[in-house]
Amino acid sequence: MNAPPGIHPPMAMLAELTHRCPLACPYCSNPLDLKTRAEELETREWVRVFGEAADLGVLHVHLSGGEPAARPDLVELTAAASGSGLYTNLITSGIGLNEKRMDALADAGLDHVQLSVQGVDEQAADRVGGYTGGYRRKMDVARMVRERRIPLTVNAVCHRQNMDDIHCIIDLAVELGARRLEVATVQFTGWATVNRQQLMPTRAQVAETTAAVELARRRLKGVLVIDYVPADYYATYPKACMGGWGRVGLNVDPSGKVLPCHAAEMIPGLVFDNVRDKSLAQIWYDGDAFNAFRGTEWMKQPCRTCERREIDFGGCRCQAMAIAGEAAFADPVCAKSPHRYLVDQAIESLGVDFVEADFRYRAAPERTR
Amino acid sequence: MTGPVNERKASLNMASRPRLARGVRMREDKVRGRTVLLAPERTVALDETGIAILNQLDGKSTLRQVIDTLAETYDAPADVIEKDVVAFLDDLGARRFLEFES
Ligand code: SF4
Ligand code: SF4
Repeated sequence: MNAPPGIHPPMAMLAELTHRCPLACPYCSNPLDLKTRAEELETREWVRVFGEAADLGVLHVHLSGGEPAARPDLVELTAAASGSGLYTNLITSGIGLNEKRMDALADAGLDHVQLSVQGVDEQAADRVGGYTGGYRRKMDVARMVRERRIPLTVNAVCHRQNMDDIHCIIDLAVELGARRLEVATVQFTGWATVNRQQLMPTRAQVAETTAAVELARRRLKGVLVIDYVPADYYATYPKACMGGWGRVGLNVDPSGKVLPCHAAEMIPGLVFDNVRDKSLAQIWYDGDAFNAFRGTEWMKQPCRTCERREIDFGGCRCQAMAIAGEAAFADPVCAKSPHRYLVDQAIESLGVDFVEADFRYRAAPERTR
Repeated sequence: MTGPVNERKASLNMASRPRLARGVRMREDKVRGRTVLLAPERTVALDETGIAILNQLDGKSTLRQVIDTLAETYDAPADVIEKDVVAFLDDLGARRFLEFES
């Protein structure tokens, strides 16, 4: 299939191999309506999708979830992705990996491991992850990755209840031998939407984190690369969500549904294609959901004539939907958005005191039915 | 087997023997008709110079030897080549894309 003019092939694919996960992070970006094991794509279907992705121009594949190690065929899938020429990144909580499996993954051509940490000590981390023993397991998995000289990224989702530990998070990443640290401020999609009060950081915390990251970047040059996703709700302009809708990447959910971003299903009226029915190329170039907010044609004011429209592409469609009430509106964090006041109200309504144990944990797929 | 790898601090000097770190690789990007360097969460499009430099990194040749080989191959003054190579590799080093055999 030939690429229509103006649409570039995707660079990256997030493969959500499963929604199953032993952890229960209260900010999990998986949808509230989790896919069950019975709905998941089979091995051969994923293998075909990896091949189609490589042909389409995808360079990086992120094997994610849920917890991808919950799939018994993870090694086979890694080998298939790698064999298609894709750069394979395993995004994992570490649970479900052991020495033998790590060896097999390394042999299968795994290029990179991204390990999530929920906190800087056992007690705090296991409370957030909702899984006793998780922290220790992670420390062990980090060692396994390091011993096999596979590059390691530590991923820390930062929120109100762990942001004050930012210095320790950075130290932990160095200790674990990570080459890269991702400090991602919590995004309010998926399960985070039901934990907003407990997770939303304060303005002071965000400023402190930004300063700490800047300092550490200088101090650790050549040792640790830090990628930082700041809190957009305290910013003047939104982020270029997904690098622009249908522009850089795509998500395939456990059941084979192809999404322009992991939260896109919350937008009513969008029709999502499935890899079981169509090729990835057809879906990327012709799919309704991908074309709905591609480019700048769909924009309304103030985005339509804004000089930043090709910089941030109007921000996040899902955030516009969630807060401003329509996906085609400007991202409400934008200072130019007539809905910015709603974001400000949400920030102001944050209680100064909050109950520590008050999370609503992510459920397991079968239990949400 | 080669010697131990300095995983912690990447420092470049004329005696170091750089090579691409595990998890960093050069690849043809057929769909876009170019060569890219793939690394964790990064894609770097390479130009002819970058490709030529990376092709010389084997973890055995010293930086000095890499520069001399390139100067000879491209019939260019070594000090000009040196500037390009050092700038390029310093950048890759800062991104943790390189390993150095010692
Ligand atoms: S965010 Fe937590 S619960 Fe969700 S998939 Fe990752 S480790 Fe599992
Ligand atoms: S008006 Fe729209 S395009 Fe302009 S900065 Fe705001 S969100 Fe971005």
